Amino acid sequence: MYQAIVFLPLLGCIIAGLVALAGARARFPGADPATGAEDSAHDHGPHASGGAPRLGGDHAVIHGSSHEPEPHVPPAMGSRLCEVVTTAFLLIAMLLSWLALYRVGFGHQDAHVPLLPFIVSGDLKVDWALRVDTLTAVMLVVVTTVSALVHLYSIGYMAEDPFRPRFFSYLSLFTFAMLMLVTADNLVQLFFGWEGVGLASYLLIGFWYHKPEANAAAIKAFIVNRVGDFGFALGIFAVFLMTGAVDLDTVFAQAPALTGKTMHFLSWDLDALTVICLLLFMGAMGKSAQFLLHTWLPDAMEGPTPVSALIHAATMVTAGVFMVARLSPLFELAPNAQTVVTGVGAMTAIFAATVGLVQNDIKRIVAYSTCSQLGYMFVAMGVGAYSVGMFHLFTHAFFKALLFLGSGSVITAMHHEQDIRKMGGLKNKIPFTYAVMVIGTLALTGFPLTAGYFSKDAIIEAAYVGHNVLAPHAFWATVVAAGLTAFYSWRLIYKTFHGAPHDPAHYEAAHESPMVMLVPLGVLAAGSILAGLPFVDLFAGHGVEEFFRESIKFAPANHVLEAMHEIPWQIKMLPTLMMLGGWGVAIWFYILRPDMPVALARQHPGLYRFLLNKWYFDELYDFIFVRPMLWLGRLLWKGGDGWLIDGFGPDGVSARVIDVTRNVVRLQTGYLYHYAFAMLVGVAAFITWFMFTSGGH
Amino acid sequence: MTIGLGHYLTVAAILFTLGIFGIFINRKNVIIILMSIELILLAVNINFVAFSASLHDLVGQVFALLVLTVAAAEAAIGLAILAVFFRTRGSIAVEDINAMKG
Repeated sequence: MYQAIVFLPLLGCIIAGLVALAGARARFPGADPATGAEDSAHDHGPHASGGAPRLGGDHAVIHGSSHEPEPHVPPAMGSRLCEVVTTAFLLIAMLLSWLALYRVGFGHQDAHVPLLPFIVSGDLKVDWALRVDTLTAVMLVVVTTVSALVHLYSIGYMAEDPFRPRFFSYLSLFTFAMLMLVTADNLVQLFFGWEGVGLASYLLIGFWYHKPEANAAAIKAFIVNRVGDFGFALGIFAVFLMTGAVDLDTVFAQAPALTGKTMHFLSWDLDALTVICLLLFMGAMGKSAQFLLHTWLPDAMEGPTPVSALIHAATMVTAGVFMVARLSPLFELAPNAQTVVTGVGAMTAIFAATVGLVQNDIKRIVAYSTCSQLGYMFVAMGVGAYSVGMFHLFTHAFFKALLFLGSGSVITAMHHEQDIRKMGGLKNKIPFTYAVMVIGTLALTGFPLTAGYFSKDAIIEAAYVGHNVLAPHAFWATVVAAGLTAFYSWRLIYKTFHGAPHDPAHYEAAHESPMVMLVPLGVLAAGSILAGLPFVDLFAGHGVEEFFRESIKFAPANHVLEAMHEIPWQIKMLPTLMMLGGWGVAIWFYILRPDMPVALARQHPGLYRFLLNKWYFDELYDFIFVRPMLWLGRLLWKGGDGWLIDGFGPDGVSARVIDVTRNVVRLQTGYLYHYAFAMLVGVAAFITWFMFTSGGH
Repeated sequence: MTIGLGHYLTVAAILFTLGIFGIFINRKNVIIILMSIELILLAVNINFVAFSASLHDLVGQVFALLVLTVAAAEAAIGLAILAVFFRTRGSIAVEDINAMKG
């Protein structure tokens, strides 16, 4: 059963991939399939874009081009087949995953499925194996459910795109890699899945590869993640160095013995567990877009919207959270690392929320919101409330995927317009989308009894009772961020769906999405409400020990979950009050006094620009890293490679050879008498030599 | 003055040298090169006959006859090649024959 869950998406990926290759071959007969597909992008670039949403800035361009009669690019053969096959496989995997959650979480039947040996080299022994405990089962459910719904939704969303087989192949590839990640039995397999989702993310962000911004965003996501993965890889090395193993059971068994041990690095003696946990957390920061390594996530919105929902909201970005929970036996022993996790999470929560306040691109607002919510999860991880963090991961997957897919529905309705300033009044045009977006927003902001209410408030309570140094900061940061979240979420709703239409042409043409897109929205909306109450006791109440058992380890001194239930009611009410406050301000700003935000922005131009430009992080990184790197790269390219190596290496040698041969060639005049002369001289020389040596005596 | 072996050899040497210089001082005509080759063969034949007479060994004269036959055949083939060459290239001037120039 577990093999089926993990490998059905891979099978779907391969089938759809073969169809995509065959389609590319049919389209460019005679050409190599791979290069043929590349060429087509250049030839048919603007036409192939089909459903390419763009940034709001160049609205006029889109307006002009979208009404041109475009030559029809026929969809690849077998598109329908690919859609049906991959979606069906994912639906099967989803059903099996829920069954797995039932068996593992409630039936207590943890499973360990060995598959193949992977690496055997000296002391290093790595096997492919599936480890299914409650933590994994929860992730399996999240991944397969959201992925299946996104597959279904994509059938509608990508209907105009001629390259659907490729898209569905990538989506299934991503799902497979993510499932490998969550079922990992050792750190190397975890890393395999980790890089696999990174690759799929790169491919999907750059799916519309004829758009320069999409390519740039894909490369940026890849490179920023490499920074984190560098730390992750070092962390795995350090684990192997200290314990001599990479499989989780052995590592966890040896972890307590590592307490107080040190690692010698250059001239420092560092606490081994702290170093290991911080390095591993660096990987988590990259993948989960935490503060300082967050810059790729908003740019990743260049990808198709279903991709944003699946990868950049519900699953891949939560891989870091999952990893920390999975390695809780290590993190519980390294309180300093936990403090860092708390601090980074709190910083991200508040930072992303402030940036989200002023963004105008509908997907970017949701992206910053994702970033902020991931910060919440890390706060929970940092204070030791792993199950609470997982709870928020679980509920967040539903409502954030819902918000993204809802945004996709809005974008489709608005003919690929993403700027919320150009929307408005859409609630009568697309009532179903409006309804589910409101449900998603209620859940995200933590309206009582929705899913987000239980998980988010639990995190804030956990931060309140947390013991580490930064826990009070984290508490206040998450409380303030809760208010900000409410404000920007309702701002999005009001600017998009309420008020007067700002763009009559688009408004008139707006239409509700097809049924195949609305069904996943409906399911996710139901999940956004129902994922909270039935699970609250399992994730954040008294059922945690029973539900998670061995998969999450709490140190003996860790009483966060017990303490959470004994906090004063004022604190319990605080997040809800903040949410209502943020909502109230949003109503005041965007319904009652629409001139207020403009006036406020005019009064504080510096602050407004600071937030609008995302705290100038892109510019800062450009100045600190990108430009020196470009300078260094150019130096090595022109000076090191071009002048030194090529000049004295291959190019130099070949130039000398050419010089020599040019002179040798001149000997070959082609005149008969020259050859005859050479021959006679040769004969004469030979005879002379013969006479003076052997003939001489 | 009696004409001895030395005189014959001197004539042969002069003919041989003339033949060699005919090959690579001549800049005009391929036919002259063929003629020069005949000269060289002639010089060799004179040597053969002279040594044959001087050493009283008939094998040298027999070999000279063989050389004459080969020379005749060679001249026939050479001229035939020249005729074909002229038909295709339109010239048999030595300067024009440089297809092997590098």
